[in-house]
Amino acid sequence: MYANSGHRTFMQMFTTRVLALALVVLTGTAQALPAIKTWQTEKGAKVLFVEASELPMVDIRLVFDAAAARDGDQPGLATLTNDLLDQGADGLNADAIARGLEQRGAKLGAGSERDMAWLSLRSLTDPKLLEPSLALFGKVLAKPDFPEADFKREQKQMLIGLQYEKQKPGAIASRTFYSKLYGDHPYGSHPSGTVKSVKALRVADLRAFYKRYYVARNATVVIVGKLTAAQAHKIASRLADSLPEGSKPSPLPPVAALEKADEVLIKFPSRQSHVLVGQPGLRRKDPDYFPLYVGNHTLGGSGLVSRISDEIREKRGLAYSAYSYFIPMKEQGPFMLGFQTRNDQRDEALKVLRDTLKKFVAEGPTKKELKASKNNIISGFPLRVASNSKISEYLAVIGFYDLPLDYLNTFTDKVKAVTREQIRDAWKRRIHPDKMVTVVVGGAVDGTKAK
Amino acid sequence: MRGLLALFLGLFASLTLAAPAVHEYRLDNGLKLIVKEDHRAPVMVSQVWYKVGSSYEHDGITGLSHALEHMMFKGTKAHPAGEFSRIISQNGGRENAFTSQDYTAYFQTMEKNRLKISFELESDRMRNLTLPKKEFLKEIRVVMEERRMRTDDNPQSLTYEQFMATAFLNSPYRIPTIGWQDDLDTMKVEDLRHWYQQWYAPNNATVVVAGDVDPDEVLRLARRYFGPLKPSDIEPVKPRHEVKQLGIKRIQVKAPAELPYLIMGYKAPVVLTIDKDHAWEPYALEVLAGVLDGGSGARLSSELVRGKAIAASASAGYDAHDRLKTLFTLSGTPSRGHTVAELEKALHEQIQKLKDKPVKKDELARVKAQLRAEKIYQQDSIFYQAMQIGILESIGLSWREAENYHKQIQAVTPAQIMAVAKKYLVDDHLTVAELVPQPIDPKHPPRHGGGNHVR
Repeated sequence: MYANSGHRTFMQMFTTRVLALALVVLTGTAQALPAIKTWQTEKGAKVLFVEASELPMVDIRLVFDAAAARDGDQPGLATLTNDLLDQGADGLNADAIARGLEQRGAKLGAGSERDMAWLSLRSLTDPKLLEPSLALFGKVLAKPDFPEADFKREQKQMLIGLQYEKQKPGAIASRTFYSKLYGDHPYGSHPSGTVKSVKALRVADLRAFYKRYYVARNATVVIVGKLTAAQAHKIASRLADSLPEGSKPSPLPPVAALEKADEVLIKFPSRQSHVLVGQPGLRRKDPDYFPLYVGNHTLGGSGLVSRISDEIREKRGLAYSAYSYFIPMKEQGPFMLGFQTRNDQRDEALKVLRDTLKKFVAEGPTKKELKASKNNIISGFPLRVASNSKISEYLAVIGFYDLPLDYLNTFTDKVKAVTREQIRDAWKRRIHPDKMVTVVVGGAVDGTKAK
Repeated sequence: MRGLLALFLGLFASLTLAAPAVHEYRLDNGLKLIVKEDHRAPVMVSQVWYKVGSSYEHDGITGLSHALEHMMFKGTKAHPAGEFSRIISQNGGRENAFTSQDYTAYFQTMEKNRLKISFELESDRMRNLTLPKKEFLKEIRVVMEERRMRTDDNPQSLTYEQFMATAFLNSPYRIPTIGWQDDLDTMKVEDLRHWYQQWYAPNNATVVVAGDVDPDEVLRLARRYFGPLKPSDIEPVKPRHEVKQLGIKRIQVKAPAELPYLIMGYKAPVVLTIDKDHAWEPYALEVLAGVLDGGSGARLSSELVRGKAIAASASAGYDAHDRLKTLFTLSGTPSRGHTVAELEKALHEQIQKLKDKPVKKDELARVKAQLRAEKIYQQDSIFYQAMQIGILESIGLSWREAENYHKQIQAVTPAQIMAVAKKYLVDDHLTVAELVPQPIDPKHPPRHGGGNHVR
């Protein structure tokens, strides 16, 4: 029961019926929405605030366009920079920072993916606890020291992480998939870099990256909790305006469409093959967002009742998890279909997956399927904003991707309005089953060697 | 809606936090119903917990509880295979199920007015599962894929599985929840039918509902849907108390991997197995785990991951709310240039330190402060609130233990931590497992090498 302890994570303790895919997909209806207040700080950081006064706690999150897409020719740079923030700040070492927060029950979070890098704080709102926690959080945010010794250790940790990835066929498949999909585009840069690129990083690189990207104009501040708007104003300014004003980085280049199909087979001594199929897909502000998103709900985005899961798992028993989804990003994030199956079944399952996709692109959902998908998305909306932590995740997405503030209010109406014709049209224009990347990582079949 | 409620609850929150509204009922057929109100958002979660899991199984039938969990979605006469999930999905619900050593649980999270749908479907499959052979033959293949994914192709999980089977000699905690492959190969649908008849009954179930619901209405619905179900004669599972361990046990697990991995586990009591005079001990062990691994400022991160930089990762684990005698574990991966043997030595030194010197005041205060805060943070999730109740009830404690737990934790003293370290973290009750990486690509053996000797 002890919250922070233990290698017995949820996954090891339990075995569940469905593997949950943790995806943030925005939907909404008007009736259950949190009231969002927004403003800019003096130095130009965008703030989104929701007052949630039921529990005496607050979630604060600062999001920056400072993730792997900004790595340039130094893959791993954004991640390592983010890693180092709490390893020493304003003369305090990692122990002092961690203990200072922990003795007040506060929790520091940090992370860096492809689009977004963030720092977060969860604290109780009792001023005796919140004030000192905010002070420490502010130091981590605005005064990181990047100590040389800690840098070296974290760099080694990152190399170990890369080595760990190599014993996981799913991770190998994912890395290969992204690099095939994006080539030289910034999204091709893996957040954890490569052995060579990580080894080449120096403290000076991290300092320069931090200086360029962790700036007020490049920040979104999200606050959800038991605070008044006036308190939230003060906190947002205190945090964001302690950063230099700086500027937003230039937009990312568009993603080039794939010109032809490509297949990669990577040999791995596993009993299952991990298979990923896909292409560049959706932007957050994509004109085809709704027809593609709603369509995918039927195809492979609704767990066991989706077509892909029904064909591969329910009808044939070929896999535990089979799915398709879009990861909408600033530029086109991936459209990804996948499953894992015993090595000798992979060709059969892959054929079913491809046939299911082709049929869907050609015909779209049936009337009944579309209705079922809309029902699920619309009736299930209240679940998506039912806790402070979920609300803060959504606010981060709205702020970071510059979505309109009424995005949630209009979402269900937009879902309702989608027609079968729009879905067929968008899928035919945008999704090309004959020009997809296929990555297979797995073992040999019946003693024959995988190529 | 949220805004209005927020105003009201804002005034109210500080008063109700210490004692959130929990309502407990028992139907005539023995079904227990627990309702926890949380009116922050117009949603609810409905969970059905059965007192059965892999620790109820024995050799030859391992994996039955979990396979049955899968088959619970394969239909009744009223709702044939697949229908359950379709109905929940059409109603905007999210559903899943999970099996552990000590329980099996099913849940639906939905908009608050749809509890009836959940109860109608759950009560039907509590007694009327059809278990068609044709569906079973497909589903058992899905379970085998799940095993391959979670265990066979994951060297750390594989090590953990063998570690548990070594640490426990006759306790059913030696059984992997997913089941041994051989038992999956020979499992029959009749085995599941028998298991279902044996354990799935209202008097072996707890229904937990948390969220924006009215307890009276929940009770009315429960009576309507679960009320008519007939109870069974439930024969309690035999205890199979673990025999006393008489010396250290060590194993190696050789599997394709890049990184070595170490798990150490000491036999430890839990709230349910400890006698009255020593009731504080499990809580002292919880705090001890916090001293070692309660965040980045705690000893393992501070001294082994940073400090000496011997470990790439290191953690401690203990759960006072297991049903049977459990393990206090330490685990980790050595950092580059260090061996598993060095990591093990460093972990032993950590244990020794706990036996030799009382934990400092500020260190103890930090662990307690984190747990106090965590108690509030947990209330941000209705799912977690329901789950906590479900676990405690299913292992045979009361949901009230959650409150007791916090009181007991806050009362733990440095002397008590020292005492449980001396009493339980002793070599004769220790099991050690080491993952020895084998080449993934025979042409390029892993850099750590396979030669880390075991002392």
